[in-house]
Amino acid sequence: MWEMLNDPNLRWILMGSILLGFSNGIVGTFSYLRKESLLGDVLAHAALPGICIAFMLSGVKSVGLFLVGAAAAALAAAAITNLISRYSRIKPDAAMGIVLSVFFGIGIVLLTRIQHGSYGNQSGLDKFLFGQAASMTMGDVYVLGGTALGMSLICGLLFKEFKMVSFDPAFGRGLGFKVTALEYALLTLVTVVVVTGIQAVGVVLVAALLITPSVAARYWTDRLAAMTVLAGAFGAASGAAGAWISSGVNQLPTGPISVLAATGLFLLSVLFGPKRGILSKLLLRRQAKRDWISKQLAKAGAGAPATQAGTANPAGERGASL
Amino acid sequence: MSGFWIVLTGALVASCCAILGCFLILRRMALIGDAISHAVLPGIAIAFLMSGTRDSIFMLLGAAAFGFIAVFLIEMFRSGGVQSDASIGVVFTALFAVGVVLISLNARNIDLDLDCVLFGEIAYVQWSTLEIGGADLGPKAVWLLGFTLVVILLVISLFYKQFKLTSFDPALAAALGIPVALFHYVLMGLVSMASVSSFESVGAILVVGLLIIPPAAAYLLTDRLGLMLVISVAVGIVSSIAGYGAAVALDASIAGCMVCAAGVLFAAAFLLSPKHGLLALRRARSRAAA
Repeated sequence: MWEMLNDPNLRWILMGSILLGFSNGIVGTFSYLRKESLLGDVLAHAALPGICIAFMLSGVKSVGLFLVGAAAAALAAAAITNLISRYSRIKPDAAMGIVLSVFFGIGIVLLTRIQHGSYGNQSGLDKFLFGQAASMTMGDVYVLGGTALGMSLICGLLFKEFKMVSFDPAFGRGLGFKVTALEYALLTLVTVVVVTGIQAVGVVLVAALLITPSVAARYWTDRLAAMTVLAGAFGAASGAAGAWISSGVNQLPTGPISVLAATGLFLLSVLFGPKRGILSKLLLRRQAKRDWISKQLAKAGAGAPATQAGTANPAGERGASL
Repeated sequence: MSGFWIVLTGALVASCCAILGCFLILRRMALIGDAISHAVLPGIAIAFLMSGTRDSIFMLLGAAAFGFIAVFLIEMFRSGGVQSDASIGVVFTALFAVGVVLISLNARNIDLDLDCVLFGEIAYVQWSTLEIGGADLGPKAVWLLGFTLVVILLVISLFYKQFKLTSFDPALAAALGIPVALFHYVLMGLVSMASVSSFESVGAILVVGLLIIPPAAAYLLTDRLGLMLVISVAVGIVSSIAGYGAAVALDASIAGCMVCAAGVLFAAAFLLSPKHGLLALRRARSRAAA
């Protein structure tokens, strides 16, 4: 598999996937902290009709045009979700479900229209469902890489502002920041990142590249800067794994592999993360239990008979497992 | 005749989903429905690989198992400190990815087509018929969905009061001694069952449309749970009929058109509902201002 790095074309694809994964992870951190993780899923599904319409209108498969169409559809979906939960008694989660499935339904209808119609060279449009990094051309990688770089720069420049919007928007409003504008900026970033990620991971699973790396990164640190960089790194690693493995194995779409790589990193974090991880929690509990027992023993040794320490042990276990 | 079977299948799918969706919406668990409908995919794939047939009993069991696994994992990560939306997102994308990989790796050995799993092939239901003793009893899918619908109706009507109370006021229900967690898992089990019986006809992704959209429209039209269930089923059935008509006219995906039709009905309810619609709210506001 290493010979892949000698092939300049594949090197580009790998670069593109890494950049995409990186920017997805970075932006995902903010949407995780704002408890809007599933918004990415809605935006991604909603992008499908945009891609189809862009293709039907232009008749060519150009990544630039697809990005524009997908972004327009995704923003429309975000606006409609907002509208429904604001002007009716439908809760936000149901509104998201409605918009997701209706937009995706429209996308499927358009996709089948394209397949049955006389649109000529349509093969490959369904690659957008699960992503096919291998079908990227060098021009695509330039576009995607440029976008990813831009996203990362914006996140770096507006880091302080985004941090505030993620943790305490009311405080920011009090300080005189234009919080609404910042929230829209963040929404736009999520849209752009999701839409560019579609090429690599596909409509159905791109949200995972937004969510999973940032959840995994949360296990390792309490500092936002570290978490952002770590999420970016996890995202980059998953993107690279997806592109690499799927280009080696026939018939394997990129998206699911990237998602499984990200999930693997997540599981490792759940197990081994310091403080929050299962292992460190177990160690902490055992340490606490040992401390408690030795304290009881010391107490028992000082005054009461030693048998009390023995009967206290099960209680200590129960206390520790709580 | 083919049109009849397709519309009947669609109506059965819509009824199963519409009934369960009402409880999901009321419990603010709409997106758990989304998660389950994605997460049953590996169950379907594994059942298919192990049994080698599209025998529905195996698929029902496999899918139900994975539905439970998904709910269990979501709950586990949530209690471990992951935000609930992120926990849903991580779990269902991972399980769905496993399913897609299993299916694409074995694409040559099994006639379980990825497109079919995703968007459903409701147009083909009539060709896979159930035969007992040489007698043609109609499409298998119709029997499976009919069975699912009967189970759902039976469970919901037997425990209607309990489901109602746990949906509206779980704390009171728990205080009255109703096993809230048990009913939660029963509901999730039913949702998994409905997802898997429907996946052949509307596909994994569009099940969620029929789970959420008709109940949401009904929720805007009434304040009574009994009526909400009836309206929800009616909306589901109307959208499956209208969707079929639209699909024939447009020569496009039937499942996609059904979900779009449901979306149109929801938009109508959103705008025109006499009590909770946008226009009614606006009128009430201007009257209050006057």
